[in-house]
Amino acid sequence: MKAVVMGATKGMGRALARLLAERGDRLFLLEHLPEELERTAGDLEIRGAERPVGTALCDLLKPETFAPALDAAERELGGLETVIVTAGLFGTQEQLERDPQFAAQVLLADFTNTVLFCEEVRKRLLARGGGTLCVFSSVAGERGRKPVVLYGSAKAGLSRYMEGLDHKFRAAGLRAVCVKPGFVKTGMTVGLKPPPFAGEPQDVARRVLRAVERGTPEVYVPPMWRWVMCAIRSLPRFAMRRIGF
Amino acid sequence: MPPEAYHTSFSGWGRYPVAEGLEIKSEDLVRSTAGAALCRGLARSYGDSSLPACANDTVVDTTMADRLLAFDQDSGLLRAEAGVSLLELNRLFLRGGWFVPVSPGTQFVTLGGMVASDIHGKNHHVDGCFGEHVRSLRLRVADGRIIECSDEQEQELFRATLGGMGLTGHILEVEFRMRRIPSPWIRGESHRIANLDAMVAGLKEAAGAWPMTVGWVDCLARGESLGRGILMKGCWAEPDEAPGTPPPTKRRFRVPFQFPGFALCRASMKAFNLLYYYKHIQREKRGIVHPDAFFYPLDMLDDWNLIYGRRGFTQYQCVLPHAEDNGPARRFLDLFTSGGGMAFLCVIKDCGPEGKGMLSFPRPGISIAMDFPVHREKTQGFVDRLNELVIAEGGRIYLTKDTFTREEHFRAMESRLDAFNAVRRKWDPQGKLRSAQSVRLLGDTI
Repeated sequence: MKAVVMGATKGMGRALARLLAERGDRLFLLEHLPEELERTAGDLEIRGAERPVGTALCDLLKPETFAPALDAAERELGGLETVIVTAGLFGTQEQLERDPQFAAQVLLADFTNTVLFCEEVRKRLLARGGGTLCVFSSVAGERGRKPVVLYGSAKAGLSRYMEGLDHKFRAAGLRAVCVKPGFVKTGMTVGLKPPPFAGEPQDVARRVLRAVERGTPEVYVPPMWRWVMCAIRSLPRFAMRRIGF
Repeated sequence: MPPEAYHTSFSGWGRYPVAEGLEIKSEDLVRSTAGAALCRGLARSYGDSSLPACANDTVVDTTMADRLLAFDQDSGLLRAEAGVSLLELNRLFLRGGWFVPVSPGTQFVTLGGMVASDIHGKNHHVDGCFGEHVRSLRLRVADGRIIECSDEQEQELFRATLGGMGLTGHILEVEFRMRRIPSPWIRGESHRIANLDAMVAGLKEAAGAWPMTVGWVDCLARGESLGRGILMKGCWAEPDEAPGTPPPTKRRFRVPFQFPGFALCRASMKAFNLLYYYKHIQREKRGIVHPDAFFYPLDMLDDWNLIYGRRGFTQYQCVLPHAEDNGPARRFLDLFTSGGGMAFLCVIKDCGPEGKGMLSFPRPGISIAMDFPVHREKTQGFVDRLNELVIAEGGRIYLTKDTFTREEHFRAMESRLDAFNAVRRKWDPQGKLRSAQSVRLLGDTI
C-alpha cells in the first residue's frame, strides 16, 4: 500500500503507521513539527517501511500548507492512493469552556480545516480515478453529550461530511472511511478515567487497517462502541439531561 | 496544549507500598520531564524505586515515548527513546537475528528502566550488566539542560546513571549495541540438583561452556537438601539445530482477580516448590526451547503479582561473595528458611565482575533472589536480619527489588555511596530529582 498519513507522530496515527510500516508499505508523513516528523519517519523505517519514508510539513491550523504538502506527497509517491487523517485537537469540556481561544482552535482544526484538507485530497484522488480517504472522527459526534459538547459538535460535522462524501463519490471510486473511536488509551485521553470498553491503539490500528482495505464507510473502534452509541442515540432527551455520559 | 499532570496513586510490581503523587504521561519526553522529580517506565521494580517522594512530586510515565531513532545493520548500534519496551524490541528484532546484549527475567521493562537498574541477566558471568553495552545516553539533568553523556563525554554522569535508579537525570534516549544471534531459538539443558554445594559447583562448571546459566532453588528445603533445585543452561541455537520458523507468539494468560490472603500459606508454597522440583522428573533435560520460555517464564501470566493478594509482596535480592565452602550462601538460606521465610520463587546466579555503573548491583559472588508476601509486623524485622547477615558477609542488595532496607544498613553495604552522592550533588545541588526510595535510603529530604 502507498499511504499518506497526517498525524502519524502520536496516538492512534502512530500505531496505524507502525502497522503499515511492518508490512513494508510505502509511507509519506504530514506533520507540523519538523523534528517530530524526522524522528517518526526514522522509527517507521527501522520498523520496516519502504525507505525512505517521505515527509512534508503540514499544519492543521494553516490551510495554506495543505496543497503544497499533498503535492509533495503526490510527487514522491507517484500519485496518491490512500490518505489517512488521524490528526486533530482535543480539549476536555472544562478546558474548552474556560478558554474560548482554545475552543476556537479545536473547532477550526477538527471541523473546518480537516474538511478543507479532505477536499484537497478528494480532488486529487478523483482526478486519478479514485482512492481511499480514511478520516478519524469520533463517537463524540454521535449525540450531544455533556462531557463533549464542543469537541463533539466539531466531530459530528466531520462525520456528516464523511458520510456525504461516501454517498456522492463512492460510484466515482472514492472510498471514504470514517473511523469513530470510542475511548482509546492514547496521549489524548491520559489522565481521564478509562470507561469500560476502553481500547488500545494497537487493536484500533488493526481494525482500521482492515476497514481501509475493504473500504468500509463507517467503523467503530473498539467495536463494542457501535452498540454503546446505538443505545445512547436511542435514549430520550430527558434521560440525556440526567446522565453524565 | 502542554502535557498536564494529574493526581494518581503509584505502586511498584510488589503492590506495596502505595504513594500519592502527580503523573505526566506523554509521547513528548523532552517537554514532560521539565520540572519532574522522576521517570518511571513499566514499573516492574518491586518496591518504591519508581514512586514519588511526596504528593507534590511529578513522575513521568515514559512508556509512550517509544520510538526507535537509528539502527545500524552492520554494527547493531540502536538508539531509541527511553520508553520503548523490551517486549517490543524482541518482537521487532528477534526474527531478524538480533537480541539485546543483556536481558532481565521479564520483557515488561523499558530501555530507560534497564539503564536505571543496570539490569543483569543469565549471561552476567560473561557479558556483565546492560550498562556495559550502552554507548551513550541523552539525559535531562536537574537544571533543565539536555546532555549527551558517554564514556567519552561527561563520563562521571554517565557511569552514575548506569544503575543510578533515575536519580541523576531523566533518561530520554539510550544508544546501545544489539547482538547478532545465530537463530531466535535457545538450545537449553537443565539438571535437577540435590543441594547448595552441587548448585554452586554446577553454576561454576557451566559458566565455562555456557553463555547463559541460572538456578532455581526450593526455598522450603532444609538441612541436607538446603539449596536443592533446578540448574538451567542455555545458548542460542545454531541455524542447523533450530526450527526453520521464527518462534510463535506465545499465548499469555491473565490472573483475573486479586487472590485472597489465605491462598498463600505454607502448604501452598510447599506444594508449589515440591511440584516444581519433581516436575523435573528426569535428572537431566535437553532440547530446543522457545526464547520466551527460557528468558521470561513468568511473563506468560499477566498480572501474576495479584496472586500475592491485597497485602502485596516484596523481593529480596542480594549478592554474597564467593567462598570455598559456600558459607555465605548457606548461612543466608539457613536464615531465610529458619526465619520463617517462604517463597514461591528463589533464583540463584553466579555473578561476574563488577561493572562500570557507579551503583550497579552485581559483584563477583552468588546472587540470590526471593519473593515473599509483605506482613505488616514481620517483614521489616525479617529484612533487617537478612541485611545484617549480608553486611557481615560483605555482600549488597539490589535497589530495584528493595522495599524495606534501612538507610544505615544500605550505607554499611555500599562503599560506593559517597562517590555516587557526590555526582548527584554536583548535577542536582537542590535535590530536585528524588524518589520515595532515595528519601528512604540515600538521605534525600522532602
